[in-house]
Amino acid sequence: MNLISVEDIAVRYGGNIVLQNVDLDIEQGEIVTVVGPNGSGKTSLLKAIIGAIEPTKGRVTLKRGLKIGYVPQRLNFNPALPITVERFMRLTAKTERHSCVIALEKAGVSELLKEQMSALSGGQFQRVLLAAALLGYPDVLLLDEATQGLDQPGSASFYRQIETVRHDTGCAVLMISHDLHVVMSASDRVICLNGHVCCAGTPAVVASTPEYKALFGDGTDGALALYRHEHDHDHHNNQSANTNEVAL
Amino acid sequence: MLDDFMTRAALAGIGVALAAAPLGCFVVWRRMAYFGDATAHAAILGIALSLALDVSIFAGALLVSLLMAWTVTRLSLRGYAIDTLLGVLAHSTLAVGLVVVSFLSGVRIDLMAYLFGDILAVSRADLAIIWGGAALVIALISWRWVPLLITTLNEELAYASGLNPNREKLILTLALGITVAVAIKVVGVLLIVAMLIIPSAAARSLARTPEVMAVVGGVIGMISAVVGLRAAYIFDTPTGPSIVCIASIFFVIFSIIGSVRNKRF
Repeated sequence: MNLISVEDIAVRYGGNIVLQNVDLDIEQGEIVTVVGPNGSGKTSLLKAIIGAIEPTKGRVTLKRGLKIGYVPQRLNFNPALPITVERFMRLTAKTERHSCVIALEKAGVSELLKEQMSALSGGQFQRVLLAAALLGYPDVLLLDEATQGLDQPGSASFYRQIETVRHDTGCAVLMISHDLHVVMSASDRVICLNGHVCCAGTPAVVASTPEYKALFGDGTDGALALYRHEHDHDHHNNQSANTNEVAL
Repeated sequence: MLDDFMTRAALAGIGVALAAAPLGCFVVWRRMAYFGDATAHAAILGIALSLALDVSIFAGALLVSLLMAWTVTRLSLRGYAIDTLLGVLAHSTLAVGLVVVSFLSGVRIDLMAYLFGDILAVSRADLAIIWGGAALVIALISWRWVPLLITTLNEELAYASGLNPNREKLILTLALGITVAVAIKVVGVLLIVAMLIIPSAAARSLARTPEVMAVVGGVIGMISAVVGLRAAYIFDTPTGPSIVCIASIFFVIFSIIGSVRNKRF
């Protein structure tokens, strides 16, 4: 049975239809990435899966006893809430300090155990969130634009860690991402969303569809075309080439 | 021991401080200070109605506070501009309450007692209600402590952990209503939010975990209640405001210590 099964859902906010005719299945051990422009309903899809919003049509079925590890984009707490990395990790997963240390070591940030969450840098923060999500031994990891705010090497190494996690634990990964070049190399399947599923399939197939090119530009590799818009550094082509190499 | 009005007053203050600290932490973390004000101000309307209908003012205040808190929660879920809405509701219920009180002829009412508290007049029955309410609030918050924290940090994270954030928020609403109702006698409707946020905020600079902040906030609140009561007796000042003054002094001192120790805060 699929871990997550989304059948023909529609989501409305007020009068606006945010999502319609969306089907999606997540199987054990696969990495699926949802891409799409802003306002395309990516986050709504994720919210419908975790039950934060009720679809107006269709249904979402989770495998019985499915354990979800959720990595939010950010935490919306203010500095008035004191919380150490250790306390945060032990909130969602009732576990011992020892397990936290191991999880942080795997994430390469073992020195952060006693730090305040509010004092972490963007990259450290995302690694801690991921380590915390993994503490509960999830069957599926959900990542909501988890690399937003990270620089290219930072997000590349973050995705390498996701790949390692999948390899080590066999959990499935569903992520929303803007890093198209990483998506192309690190995902088993890509779903291109724009209110509905425009196209879906392996990265190579998706990148060659006219729908994808219409949304993300029409270079030989749409991902790189978009990527060029964002930053204009001399070395970035090398950078992404390196990333692809490592991730592959 | 309970025959002494100072002892009863001190116990009442301690009871309110104990309930206010853990709840106050969430008020600070979730930026609900104005929400608390609206709930507390609405209580004056509850008091006016209970005087008019000749029922217990605890019951009236509790009912109207809960109604207010629940209404605001519902409206905010529908996406109203919450800041303006709270401002409108807080002050209109306070005003309507004051007007209703003025209509009650034949009843001699010391309005100041409800606005700023009348802790020296706490009876044994009041004490029982205050401690009963405080125990209920502490029990509610400790029971839902972890779910409430997760909900405060990130609602999607709460959903993914199998929690229902709306239910957790309802718990806070309920706790707030009860706290308002039992704190009226001690600090009055205008200063209830001060008892909620000032001890907790003072504890912030000393705490590294949420639990420590709640416990230290409770201790600061209790000391403020006892010292404030004593100070009011010595200097012949109003007790409710004196308690809040002591808490504020703690806040200033600890904030200075905190900022010296840690430049970030």
